[in-house]
Amino acid sequence: MNNPDMQETAKDEEFVPEPGEFWTLKLYVAGQSPRSLAAFANLKKICSEHLPGQYSIEVVDLLEHPQLAAGDQIIAIPTLIRNLPTPIRKIIGDLSNTDRVLVGLDLRKKIT
Amino acid sequence: MSEVCFSETCGPDQLPKVRTGIQGLDEITQGGLPRGRPTLVAGGAGSGKTMLAMEFLARGAAEFGEPGVFLAFEESKEDLIQNFKSIGLDLEALVEEKKLVIDYLHIDQNEIHEAGDFDLEGLFFRLGLAVESVGAKRVVIDTIEILFSAFENHGIIRAELQRLFRWLKDRNLSAIVTGERGENTITRYGLEEYVADCVILLDTRIQNEVTTRRLRIVKYRGSTHGMDEYPFLIDSDGFSVLPITSATLEQIASDERISTGIPRLDTMLGGEGVFRGSSVLISGTAGMGKSTIAANFADAACRRGERVLYFAFEESQAQIVRNMRSIGLDLERWVRECRLAFHAARPTMCGLELHLVNIHKVVRAFKPQLVVIDPLSNLTTIGEQQQVRSMLTRLIDFLKSQGITAVFTDLTAAEFNLERTDVGVSSLMDTWLLLRNLEHNGERNRGLYVIKSRGMAHSNQIREFVITDSGIELVDVYTGPGGVLTGASRIAQETRDRAETILRRQAVEARQRVLDRKRRALEAQIALLNAEFEEAEDEAMRELQQEELLEEVQSSSTREQARRRKADGLGEG
Repeated sequence: MNNPDMQETAKDEEFVPEPGEFWTLKLYVAGQSPRSLAAFANLKKICSEHLPGQYSIEVVDLLEHPQLAAGDQIIAIPTLIRNLPTPIRKIIGDLSNTDRVLVGLDLRKKIT
Repeated sequence: MSEVCFSETCGPDQLPKVRTGIQGLDEITQGGLPRGRPTLVAGGAGSGKTMLAMEFLARGAAEFGEPGVFLAFEESKEDLIQNFKSIGLDLEALVEEKKLVIDYLHIDQNEIHEAGDFDLEGLFFRLGLAVESVGAKRVVIDTIEILFSAFENHGIIRAELQRLFRWLKDRNLSAIVTGERGENTITRYGLEEYVADCVILLDTRIQNEVTTRRLRIVKYRGSTHGMDEYPFLIDSDGFSVLPITSATLEQIASDERISTGIPRLDTMLGGEGVFRGSSVLISGTAGMGKSTIAANFADAACRRGERVLYFAFEESQAQIVRNMRSIGLDLERWVRECRLAFHAARPTMCGLELHLVNIHKVVRAFKPQLVVIDPLSNLTTIGEQQQVRSMLTRLIDFLKSQGITAVFTDLTAAEFNLERTDVGVSSLMDTWLLLRNLEHNGERNRGLYVIKSRGMAHSNQIREFVITDSGIELVDVYTGPGGVLTGASRIAQETRDRAETILRRQAVEARQRVLDRKRRALEAQIALLNAEFEEAEDEAMRELQQEELLEEVQSSSTREQARRRKADGLGEG
């Protein structure tokens, strides 16, 4: 259940997802920009490490569906939305700062 | 303002401009905001940024056929529609007619976690979609500075804003971007660095417990513009800016003269009264009859069949009508005939600007030929001298431009400083009547002077101003050897003068009678002497005749003797 990696690195309290709890994530990008690609890659990596088998990622390309920007009040690109579990979380950027992503996703309480 | 021709100001050298349709703003910007470029509107909370921006869009959509997009960061669409309904803007209808898009972007800064590099492409998509959906020509972003508080990485925000303004320009969108006022800068986050073309600053000040709003064009690249601070108003008709002075002094000067309603006052003013469309100031201390003169002006205008607006800042309509009735002026009749309308309001009821705008509005609606403001000085209680002066300048200019004769009364506070009006407006006036208290012998009497009257020969004399049951009478003051006298003193002096005259006349008559008598005595003497002389002459004549007779008798008797004696040598015989 516990990730051995996390136990070693994290000094703060870990928030481990409940078993069977499913994470629904949505990543808004704009085309195949390097930033978009980096965000997707970073997200995949984090999810596979912390939420193995418990997540789904939907990628929304605003270049193809600009009208979808309104739904989640998307201003910044890339934006990651955690729809489930509630409450909704919004993380922006290319997700290169893993610590911040973990905090943003409530996978860790605070940055060390 | 439709009467202003903008084509002249938009020469080939001038930037192309887009009219806002906001009253006064197009005048001071000489045609509107820069077309196809962003304009920054900065101001504190509640300074009217959103109002200005929304009116720019709504008027653009409704009046100039330019659809618009309102990108709101602060208020929801529903709130905006609700708020603008209260000032008579039906945004809902514009939205339904596809002339306006209101897009509300909600950013909850607690919800956002930054984790790496990002851009604001989402905003661009959103804006682009909205612009496309109605073919927008105008865009408002209200207020973009919220981005700075929502995102930590200000470097990115700045770069993205720069991109946004370029984006707007590339699409030839005339935009208003609003920004919160900063402490030492125009906006808190220095937006003015990005929007370099046109910056408008809105300011709300509270002076003497009255709020005044001001607008200033900080810069307008490539265009001339008014440099002053202009008061503006937000009321039930929306946003309106009041240009301090009309750009030029080109009011038409009428040669027509109109009566003041007081014949002798007309006489003092070159015999014909004041010029139509001129401004008349009646100043004086309390109870001098300023309102009475003003009411006479009004009455005379109504008699000519004109329309008169009477702004009363001191008394109610009923009070004025009653007071004037007591001196024989029936104003009620004109009110009934809709030639005279009163607008009574306490000066402290609202700020100066609101008063000015109210006056503008009522004047535009009623279209009078004469306006009375009674008294001007009460307005000074709610503003500072400079403000009042600027307001009056604008008011006078406005009235002149409409060819409306304006009559102002002004209460001067102190006796010793009569020839100075409190607000220093006399220089703006064409005709200045001063009612002065002439105190003498324990009496106060009213003296009327014409201090100035531009463009006419006017009397330099003081007239005593008497208010009687049948109206105003102007009486010549006594200007004999005893000085200038008025009232009872004048009457007494006149009586004294009359008595003296009678006495003098009597003395002359007495002397004349003595002379007469002397002449008659002399004549009698002459007659007597003549008679004596005639008598003496008669006597002498008689003696002479007797002598002659005697002589004749003697000579004839001698000749007889000689004939008888036949004396020789003595006769012919």
